[in-house]
Amino acid sequence: MTPIRFSSSSLREGHWYEYVIRFALGGTATVFTGLVSSRYGASIGGLFLALPAIFCASATLIEKHEVRRKRQTALAGERRGQEAAALDAAGAALGALGLLVFAIAFSSLVEGSVPAAFSGALFAWLIVSVAAWYARRKWRSVRLARNAEKDDGTAISRCRRS
Amino acid sequence: MTEYVVRFLVGGVVVSAFAMLGDVVRPKSFAGLYGAAPSVALATLGIAVYHHGAGYAATQSHSMMAGAIALSVYSVLVCQLLVRTRLRAAPATLLSLVVWLIVAFGVWALAGGQA
Repeated sequence: MTPIRFSSSSLREGHWYEYVIRFALGGTATVFTGLVSSRYGASIGGLFLALPAIFCASATLIEKHEVRRKRQTALAGERRGQEAAALDAAGAALGALGLLVFAIAFSSLVEGSVPAAFSGALFAWLIVSVAAWYARRKWRSVRLARNAEKDDGTAISRCRRS
Repeated sequence: MTEYVVRFLVGGVVVSAFAMLGDVVRPKSFAGLYGAAPSVALATLGIAVYHHGAGYAATQSHSMMAGAIALSVYSVLVCQLLVRTRLRAAPATLLSLVVWLIVAFGVWALAGGQA
């Protein structure tokens, strides 16, 4: 199983304007949520706290970086770029479970203590997201091992028959 | 006006920080967790507590649960679109926003949401 590690290579690959775009998108999404809340109420505004506005930009950037990396080695990287963005989306689906637990923890703690609500909700998000990611990896590696075993078994019986 | 400038700056900083964290962690599926990080939520809820109090932030985070369920559906859909239909990332993520809106408002209405 691939271990979790840090690599600063993506930061070197990024252009300055990509960071500006992310900053602007993050700021705009936060302002938009505030505007929706003040116009339609806190309840509808709350929905937009999980708006995937930033995800659109991140997935596009990941795809672009992967395509660029492949082109440097004179290969067409479109498919590789789509796969990298798909992997990011698979991770985001698990992260969304963490986000759900963040919201549950925050709403149950905030009226008691604001600092406890923020720290507890963040901690819950981290634990649930990482646990969901780890469980999925474990499940996938078990499934792959079973499939490989099954393939070996079929190959052996085919050899015996021939 | 000042409130919205503060919102823009705080939102930009928090979102950029989470996005950079997502950039430096590997493998890619783990980095994807940061695509669903509570970045906009942290900035918005912080400002909500400061300006309107804990009750207002509690209401927002209550509705956020429906948004998070929709985000999970949205991410699975984007993943499937990229793998099966071979759409590029930009159209896949933008088209799926319609599904996010439908699921978010659907779950919110089913849970008895009131504006």
